[in-house]
Amino acid sequence: MPIISTSHSTVTSSSLSQRIAVAVGASLLGLCLVYFAGFSHIEAVHNAAHDTRHSAAFPCH
Amino acid sequence: MITRIARTAGFTGLLAALLLTLLQSFWVAPLILQAETYENSAPVAEAHEHAAGTAEHHHDAEAWSPEDGWQRVLSTTGGNLVVAVGFALILAALYTLRAPGRTATGALWGLAGFAVFCLAPTLGLPPELPGTAAADLAQRQAWWAGTAAATAVGLALMVFAHNWVLKAVGVALLVVPHVIGAPQPQVHESLAPEALETQFKVASLLTNAAFWVAMGLISAWLYRRQQA
Repeated sequence: MPIISTSHSTVTSSSLSQRIAVAVGASLLGLCLVYFAGFSHIEAVHNAAHDTRHSAAFPCH
Repeated sequence: MITRIARTAGFTGLLAALLLTLLQSFWVAPLILQAETYENSAPVAEAHEHAAGTAEHHHDAEAWSPEDGWQRVLSTTGGNLVVAVGFALILAALYTLRAPGRTATGALWGLAGFAVFCLAPTLGLPPELPGTAAADLAQRQAWWAGTAAATAVGLALMVFAHNWVLKAVGVALLVVPHVIGAPQPQVHESLAPEALETQFKVASLLTNAAFWVAMGLISAWLYRRQQA
């Protein structure tokens, strides 16, 4: 994305906090996905992802 | 930036999940199926007894479960995909904070992921075949999550901290979960023969190592190809 700015320092500082926010958000979303497929106690999800869990050495059963 | 993360994570997850499914189908899944033959032939009565007077409870036998064959392979692929995209999102998120200078750097991130999410937890809770005795599930999941978190922070401190005190804290964080120790079953027993267990542990570890290195390399390559 092309950013045109006269003041370089403001761009980098705002984009740093932005980057941290996006990184935290993306990581949390990723953890939720892993939790859902790998750790949730819903029986049908467990059964579906059963082999994934065993293979990935997640605690199962 | 968000598009870049989403694209990197999506395609990385897809490719890595396909690789994982392939490795699983030919190597890991046959061992699981073999273990299940022991599990299914074991007498059901020994599972647990109902004390007199307690209400009969239902085991969720009606819950949907994929049938062996294509259904099972498909649902495992789905599970792999969700897990892989989840892990890839974490990698892509880390790249926005510390972009990999070369594609090969991705392999290091992948190895770190392997250490955090596989190697460290398996030191206390080895990969299990179906039918292996184990401690309470929630306790094991908590220890697993705690170990992964401590290992992640510990590795980050060891690699990125400049202060040697912080580096030492990092080393301590790696060790602490194993000093506390994973929840263990009262009696170690397994329905499957030990040789099968050993084979499964090796298969699981190597499959996960390949999966993670592939994840790291693919994600770094994709991330670097896109415009910031």
